[in-house]
Amino acid sequence: MSRGDFEIIRDWVSPGSRVLDLACGDGQLLHELHKEKQVSGYGLEINSQNIEACIEKGVNVIEQNLDRGLGNFKRGSFDTVIMTQALQVMHFPHLVLEEMLRVGRQCIVTFPNFGHWRCRLYLSAYGRMPVSKFMPYTWYDTPNIHFCTFRDFESLCREKNYRVLSRMVVDQSYKSGLAGRVWPNLMGEVAIYHLTAG
Amino acid sequence: MPEVIPADSVGLVEPKAIRFDQSLPLNCGEQLDSFQLMIETYGELNPARSNAVLICHALSGHHHAAGYHSMEDRKPGWWDNCIGPGKPIDTRRFFVVALNNLGGCHGSTGPTSHNPKTGKAYGPDFPVVTVADWVSSQAMLADYLGIEQWAAVVGGSLVGMQTLQWSIAYPERLRHAIIIASAARLSAQNIAFNEVARQAIMSDDQFFGGRYLEENSIPRKGLGLARMVGHITYLSDDAMGSKFGRELKNEGFSYDFNVEFQIESYLRYQGESFSGSFDANTYLLMTRALDYFDPASEYENSLSNALSRSTAKFFLASFSTDWRFSPERSREIVDALMDAGKDVTYLEVDAPQGHDAFLIDIPRYMRGLAAYMNRVAQECL
Repeated sequence: MSRGDFEIIRDWVSPGSRVLDLACGDGQLLHELHKEKQVSGYGLEINSQNIEACIEKGVNVIEQNLDRGLGNFKRGSFDTVIMTQALQVMHFPHLVLEEMLRVGRQCIVTFPNFGHWRCRLYLSAYGRMPVSKFMPYTWYDTPNIHFCTFRDFESLCREKNYRVLSRMVVDQSYKSGLAGRVWPNLMGEVAIYHLTAG
Repeated sequence: MPEVIPADSVGLVEPKAIRFDQSLPLNCGEQLDSFQLMIETYGELNPARSNAVLICHALSGHHHAAGYHSMEDRKPGWWDNCIGPGKPIDTRRFFVVALNNLGGCHGSTGPTSHNPKTGKAYGPDFPVVTVADWVSSQAMLADYLGIEQWAAVVGGSLVGMQTLQWSIAYPERLRHAIIIASAARLSAQNIAFNEVARQAIMSDDQFFGGRYLEENSIPRKGLGLARMVGHITYLSDDAMGSKFGRELKNEGFSYDFNVEFQIESYLRYQGESFSGSFDANTYLLMTRALDYFDPASEYENSLSNALSRSTAKFFLASFSTDWRFSPERSREIVDALMDAGKDVTYLEVDAPQGHDAFLIDIPRYMRGLAAYMNRVAQECL
């Protein structure tokens, strides 16, 4: 079983390259990248069940809290640093991005779009923070502390002089549709960005 | 005192002395013309000889890692909660070898052994062995047992150093290196604690320059003090607090310097029971061997260079309140391994027990180790 965003990411990772996966979850992405593209690397994770799942898969998992930074990795020690669906739980997302692009030559990051029409409609119709199946948490008890929209993210990239190598905008089931391509910030639910330092 | 041996125990076990009539050159320049290692084994070696696991021991450990020697034993081996049928180091799948290190005092050749040159116990004349010497002797043991490659070399605390040395000196002879609550070298603070322990022993008037056995004596006080200092470093402040707090031994103060607090009573008990069962010269030797170990020093102080030749996959774990070998020390090894591009898995377990946690059934730690060992076992087929 593979998540849709993993399929997209897989195409962006070169065979045999060295990858660091931040908040790697149960290690599925690294496992697939290793099996299908002979990619080597490590996953950083703090959830104990996820760590056990990684060990069972034979994925190199390191227990490390990302909010403590990546100071233990040298500049350019990985080809690609990946972070899927975790940017919004970081205390300092901009610093994490900066670190990702110091440690890796490129980075791939995915995050939910708070500018999606359903979020906008929810907020304007109910006047309350959006809660959905996709984002099921209440505002006061949520791991997601830094939501942003695509436009917010791109403005950060411009400010930091990051170059967007590719960008995919997909819906909840990780499919890319015409509407998402035309009005990404309104129609896209998940963004997948491939960046490099400018 | 088991009435019945538990089903997940390796049961009654018997140690075995293995004699080596080959000479072993030592780092210090001397050599042992022959020596003996005391071992125990659990489980069966498979026909491919691929399922052997080596358990090394820390400062005061020995070859009796699991099971019971007799039905009268008060306690099983020192790592019985990890080794046995169905336990993380599953003896239904692995052939487990545990030994007493060279220089030890539990049956392997050491300061209490008979020196063929003098006809008396070696005492202080036993050469100072190093971690590298230990590993050389363990490699000879592997040859003797017909084990070309260990499925894993496993152990906690200072054993991690032996595991590291294995992966540096004999990279092709182990598939997995398991290092728990350890460090790649001792810090100044670690050496300082060792020095206090050694000074306690050597300043005991019963030490006689290490020749106490010839004087029919034991530096009991010094050895006990050394152990007391050790025990303080094995527990976290919290663990000591919750175990003993400020609890008094008797009601009210007696306004003297006898045992007043439970912690004093505990430390004295640990010191006394240790000094009756451990050899002082061995304690000096083992602490010194650990002080010396620093594999990076031969590689321009780069641990990742030192580890570059190793081909093993690594599993490391550390415990949040361990201040003797803190998580930072394990992270140094993990970072060096990642820098060298080696396969490594690392757990940082939240545990209040301090350094002693590595011997305790902490569910997360046990599950992680079991999951890893399961992978090791799958590769043995």
